[in-house]
Amino acid sequence: MTQNYFELFALEAKFNIELQTLETNFRKIQAEVHPDRFVTAPAPEKIKFMHLATLANEAYQTLKHPATRAKYLLELQGISAISETNTAMPTDFLMQQMEWREVLENGIAEKEVDTLENLIQEIKVEVKSLQLQLIELFDVKKDFTSATDVTRKLIFMAKVSEDIKHAIERLD
Amino acid sequence: MALLQISEPGMSAAPHQHKLAIGIDLGTTNSLVATVFSGMSKVLQDEHGHALLPSVVRYLPSGEVVVGHEAQAQQSADPVNTVVSVKRFMGRSLKDIADRAHIPYHFVDSADTTKHLQIQTRAGLRTPIEISAEILKTLKARAEKSLGGELTGAVITVPAYFDDAQRQATKDAARLAGLNVLRLLNEPTAAAVAYGLDNAAEGTFVIYDLGGGTFDVSILKLTKGVFEVLATNGDSALGGDDFDHRIYCWVLDEIRTKVRESHGHFNPLNEQDTRLLLTKSRQAKEWLTDNHEAQITCRLSDGSFVDVTLTATQFLELTQHLVTKTLSPTLKAMRDANLGIEDIKGVVLVGGATRMPQVRHAVEDYFQQTPLTNLDPDKVVALGAAIQANALVGNRSEEDLLLLDVTPLSLGLETMGGLVEKIIPRNSTLPVARAQDFTTYKDGQTAMSIQVLQGERELVADCRSLARFELRGIPPMAAGAARIRVTFQVDADGLLSVSAREQTSGIEANVVVKPSYGLTEDEITQMLKSSFGSAETDKKSRMLAEARVSAGAIIQSVKLALAADSNLISDVEKLAIEAEILKLEAIAKTEDAAAINKAVDSLNHATEAFAAARMNASVSRALAGKNLDEVNL
Repeated sequence: MTQNYFELFALEAKFNIELQTLETNFRKIQAEVHPDRFVTAPAPEKIKFMHLATLANEAYQTLKHPATRAKYLLELQGISAISETNTAMPTDFLMQQMEWREVLENGIAEKEVDTLENLIQEIKVEVKSLQLQLIELFDVKKDFTSATDVTRKLIFMAKVSEDIKHAIERLD
Repeated sequence: MALLQISEPGMSAAPHQHKLAIGIDLGTTNSLVATVFSGMSKVLQDEHGHALLPSVVRYLPSGEVVVGHEAQAQQSADPVNTVVSVKRFMGRSLKDIADRAHIPYHFVDSADTTKHLQIQTRAGLRTPIEISAEILKTLKARAEKSLGGELTGAVITVPAYFDDAQRQATKDAARLAGLNVLRLLNEPTAAAVAYGLDNAAEGTFVIYDLGGGTFDVSILKLTKGVFEVLATNGDSALGGDDFDHRIYCWVLDEIRTKVRESHGHFNPLNEQDTRLLLTKSRQAKEWLTDNHEAQITCRLSDGSFVDVTLTATQFLELTQHLVTKTLSPTLKAMRDANLGIEDIKGVVLVGGATRMPQVRHAVEDYFQQTPLTNLDPDKVVALGAAIQANALVGNRSEEDLLLLDVTPLSLGLETMGGLVEKIIPRNSTLPVARAQDFTTYKDGQTAMSIQVLQGERELVADCRSLARFELRGIPPMAAGAARIRVTFQVDADGLLSVSAREQTSGIEANVVVKPSYGLTEDEITQMLKSSFGSAETDKKSRMLAEARVSAGAIIQSVKLALAADSNLISDVEKLAIEAEILKLEAIAKTEDAAAINKAVDSLNHATEAFAAARMNASVSRALAGKNLDEVNL
């Protein structure tokens, strides 16, 4: 049996993965293990493959998104990106966060969907630059301490983006 | 010369023997059954050549139940005992039903307001589950008659936006009808399968499905037999019925105005009149698909005559808000899938209500392309369900089909302050499992109440409560010291089960989320018993037939597995499994259903280690580029 999510999809455990390979291998695995393949199978087989199909979905979702992929890479190193003892953030990043939150609150108050859409785009640009940093830190320098800081930022930004999306939905 | 081998009835001899599997579209207005004949999916017709079975159930004074056209013909004459659009009530309590005043049934709410509603008919109280089961029984009989054999199982379609309570209710109805449910399949996904395979379509497609009572929109990525749902959204209480209802309200207004102008008195409508006018409204809607105006004429029970003319323009104005109402879920689905309209290769229209020109135009305007309508919007769901059923029972299809569907609504738990903590977000690919840890609020707390919710809103009161259960026997600890892990698992039918476990003590509570809206296991058993009635022998032969079918299916499945993978286990293990197969094959020839089921369990048990070995091998095999087809040879 495989040891981790990357091995499950025959991928090297690094940040910069080939998403097309991930998707192709995910589909190949589901083609073998999906519950639809075991509808008339004996109960033990049904249950085991149901768990495997669940795991494959979880693994795929984790690796597909940069923030969860980075967090998972750190977990493989025994590092928890978001833990109670690990929440220090540089002041400038916190300021940036507050600024985004303010734009978000204003956008909601003024019901300006465009402002919120723009904010998502702005954050996307930031996310891109963080991803480039993570390729360097994880895959080249193997500097997991710095990678932890950047990962934490990425997670926070993913959260802000989610919140903006929810806000837009409520305004529709 | 070799002699042809003939197997025992109900038992399969060769591993590749064709099994009878059907797909059922259990619709609000019409229901259909389809099957795959020599590689082609076909809708089965009744003896009069009708493919569509009106989803109408009538309870006759004689105690007989009629379903379909015959029942439909009597709906205005006997509205109280003739149930139409029962799907709208599935998994619902009385407080969920809007516009009750315009529905001519005698509803009875149970004392517990969270329980499913019931309808008072002359045959007694009936739940929507029992009424739906009548429709399913009729389709099952049609299939058995035209296929001439015992069915291995059925795929039943449900609106993608059905919640857990509605899905569970549908599955219960199928069980009551004596069907082995292979899978609950989402209607838009079924349509995508029929469309995609027929047109060898590749790319991202939108399925816009406006049925009689439900609206779904699903976005799917199609690649070489894989149908991956990227996002789904909808409204499980919006459909063609609402368009009828708008016309009905308009007619009422017209009548009132005319009465007032002539200084007469407007008599409130009775149940017959309500049903009659609703029927006339539906006919007017259908007429307006190809005509500029529709005349609505009928005589009411007080002798007054209704004669009004509705123009297509008026109809458009009356229903514009309903059409607009479908666009909001569409936009949400597009957003969830992270797509723009330029990413959409095609939009497939499904459901009879998409015949209305204003619906087509709205879809065309939104997606900036002409929607695809080359498959019959009434039949495409059943056709897709049959294809899936055929694949699920292991009949070979040309391509290996893989459906990756999602959960339509978020699932969560109630936390402090009446807020919902989401555990599984909507649009998660199935099957999915998530765990979340909770802790106690007070020192020495030994029990915890867990409420399971479904929906997108933040407040418990705005979401649907699926179940409430208690975890008891938590060892007394300081507040915040206990660790209660709650695990949600949603299976490929989209059905949820929840388990809770206190981590330090191992105290465990498991619940299959049988929503309060569904039936309890006891109720189902009771209903099954009473439906078999006095015909004890009928019940026995049915149980025997079912036991044989399931034995046959398992034997075939294990034989296929052995043929493919016996190298994964030792000869001793292999012999042990083969011995169980022989035992089961022998017992299946007897008349003892209980013994057959026991032997099935025994075979199940014998395959434990083999199943584990196959699971371990499956992943590496998947990525080594082989698939089961090649290995099976």
